[in-house]
Amino acid sequence: MGLQDSAQNITERTAEIVSRNAQLEGPLLPILHDVHHAFGCVPEAAIQPIADGLNLSRAEVHGVVSFYHDFRKSPAGRHTLKLCRAEACQSVGGDQLAEDVMRALGIDWHETTPDGRITLEPVYCLGLCSCAPAAMMDDTLHGRLDATSVKDIVAEASR
Amino acid sequence: MTPTIFIPCDAAALAVGADKVAAAIANELSARGLEATIVRNGSRGLHWLEPLVEVRTGHGRIAYGPVRPADVPGLFDAGFLSGGDHPLCHGRTKEMPYLKGQTRLTFARCGVTDPLSLEDYRHYQGLKGLEKAVTMTPADIVREVTDSGLRGRGGAGFPTGIKWNTVLGAPGAQKYIVCNADEGDSGTFADRMIMEGDPFVLIEGMAIAGIATGATRGYIYTRSEYPHAVAIMRKAIEIARRAGILGPSVLGSAHAFDMEVRVGAGAYVCGEETSLLNSLEGKRGVVRAKPPLPALEGLFGCPTVVNNVMSLASVPVILDRGAAFYRDFGVGRSHGTIPIQLAGNIKHGGLYETAFGLTLGELIHDIGGGTASGRPVKAVQVGGPLGAYFPPALFDTVFDYEAFAARGGLIGHAGIVVFDDTADMLKQARFAMEFCAVESCGKCTPCRLGAVRGTEVLDKIAKGESPEANIALLEDLCNTMKLGSLCALGGFAPYPVESALTHFPDDFDKNPFLQAAE
Repeated sequence: MGLQDSAQNITERTAEIVSRNAQLEGPLLPILHDVHHAFGCVPEAAIQPIADGLNLSRAEVHGVVSFYHDFRKSPAGRHTLKLCRAEACQSVGGDQLAEDVMRALGIDWHETTPDGRITLEPVYCLGLCSCAPAAMMDDTLHGRLDATSVKDIVAEASR
Repeated sequence: MTPTIFIPCDAAALAVGADKVAAAIANELSARGLEATIVRNGSRGLHWLEPLVEVRTGHGRIAYGPVRPADVPGLFDAGFLSGGDHPLCHGRTKEMPYLKGQTRLTFARCGVTDPLSLEDYRHYQGLKGLEKAVTMTPADIVREVTDSGLRGRGGAGFPTGIKWNTVLGAPGAQKYIVCNADEGDSGTFADRMIMEGDPFVLIEGMAIAGIATGATRGYIYTRSEYPHAVAIMRKAIEIARRAGILGPSVLGSAHAFDMEVRVGAGAYVCGEETSLLNSLEGKRGVVRAKPPLPALEGLFGCPTVVNNVMSLASVPVILDRGAAFYRDFGVGRSHGTIPIQLAGNIKHGGLYETAFGLTLGELIHDIGGGTASGRPVKAVQVGGPLGAYFPPALFDTVFDYEAFAARGGLIGHAGIVVFDDTADMLKQARFAMEFCAVESCGKCTPCRLGAVRGTEVLDKIAKGESPEANIALLEDLCNTMKLGSLCALGGFAPYPVESALTHFPDDFDKNPFLQAAE
């Protein structure tokens, strides 16, 4: 999302997304995914046009947005590192790995590095449980991670 | 003959560098002026050997793995294009013990074919089930599935045919087939593998379900954490539509069936069927009280079949080979095969499809090769974050629905996560409660509040604060959650907690004086 996204721009683009998905059965989640893709989050200014388009109240739309972990209120950093916290990754040192990453980046879960480079999010299972610990940097999957490889991934994103 | 090289495009293979290996092989081919066809197949499920590269030769497919980009020139030097020997060579793929020991019915094509090639799909017996189904009456299809003994592979183990029969008999102008592909349990990846490795089998299974129940629309609800599965599934649906497998006339019959993929947004509870239906309708993924059953009032209030990916992907082979063929596999009331997922701290992690009836010990030690760390196994969690922890003393438990229930566990989606002796079971119990607190939909009190209180009580036990009183409190809380929660999230979250407490009491004995002395 560009910082220049004005409320009016968001309203217009969101209305366009809503009308594009209007013929679907149960269109709200597909709309929210598209909005999230367009702006890197579901901005406050997008709620009203969605509510208008689907004949819902703002509260109903807000309720759905806030229910799902994926939908952010503000955009993430330039890169998002999703580290798996689930049991299979725990069984091969996932917790330690997560601590190392947090220490190296100086941030906790859901936080972004001060320079806006990396946001760290927990994920509960990427389905890579047979090659754990696993992570996803933006759209790229990584398995069999260790302290060295995770450092490389972070360093690559820093460039 | 131009050689064919198979390099998996399964997410597990991609996560360990399959794309880089594919690029290295393509480079090496052009550098050496050689020609070969590169096929991106699904995964065979031998994940510790991924990326597992295969070459088709005159004497079958030869496997090499795990291949790193740096190994590629050496493989060419060893003549791997004609199956030459190399330290990474495992001989004929078919003859590898891990694969040879399996009974692959649902996963028969996974890893063998190009996932998006209908030609491959037909060549390996695909569409035979659907071709048969279009000639049968809906009641006959339902009877075939009922007689096969197929039970829901999502965890609850409800007989699939009986569910279908309810939908078939339910009045309604519009009915739906909803495929629950919200595979959120840690230690499971079978649904992902099928969607990425053999998507047409799921499409075929859903089309059969549609014809059997009179449903004309289907939805696959899957996870945002599975972007590769989503992309492949969507392409496969498009291909199936163009080929007349989906659309107003399925395989030229009078039946209409079409489907689409919908993506969740990171809520574990949406794997619960009623919460999934709410999410599909565009609502908060809160659980609905049952009754009414989704079979009668499901998606948008219409009669709806909600089945797991594995259940639906098992239907084509049942229709093709007959109910008796499928039913003959398995033990007791658990018929057919189950794709078991070996995960976590295990040497030979991956997917192992076999008839019900192996013991946990055979699966973990004989097939899985024990822990990856080489340390002794301390516990295994079966059935995801809501499944019980089993100690080695219970490794004689037979893998079937009833045997696990009898020992206070559940097979769930058949994922097994192995922990070695460094695991702290109090920490694992706390994680179960913490996870339930994060993922609770908030509708019922035992789950919404119980999971938070459970985490707090476990923290007190960890600090050694009045352990006896707090353990009694925890047991009472678990009981309340089990009996009072609306769905399996709050209802089963106590399983890992109680089993950890029962089988590993030493881990809960955190005497502050002893700890200080250490």
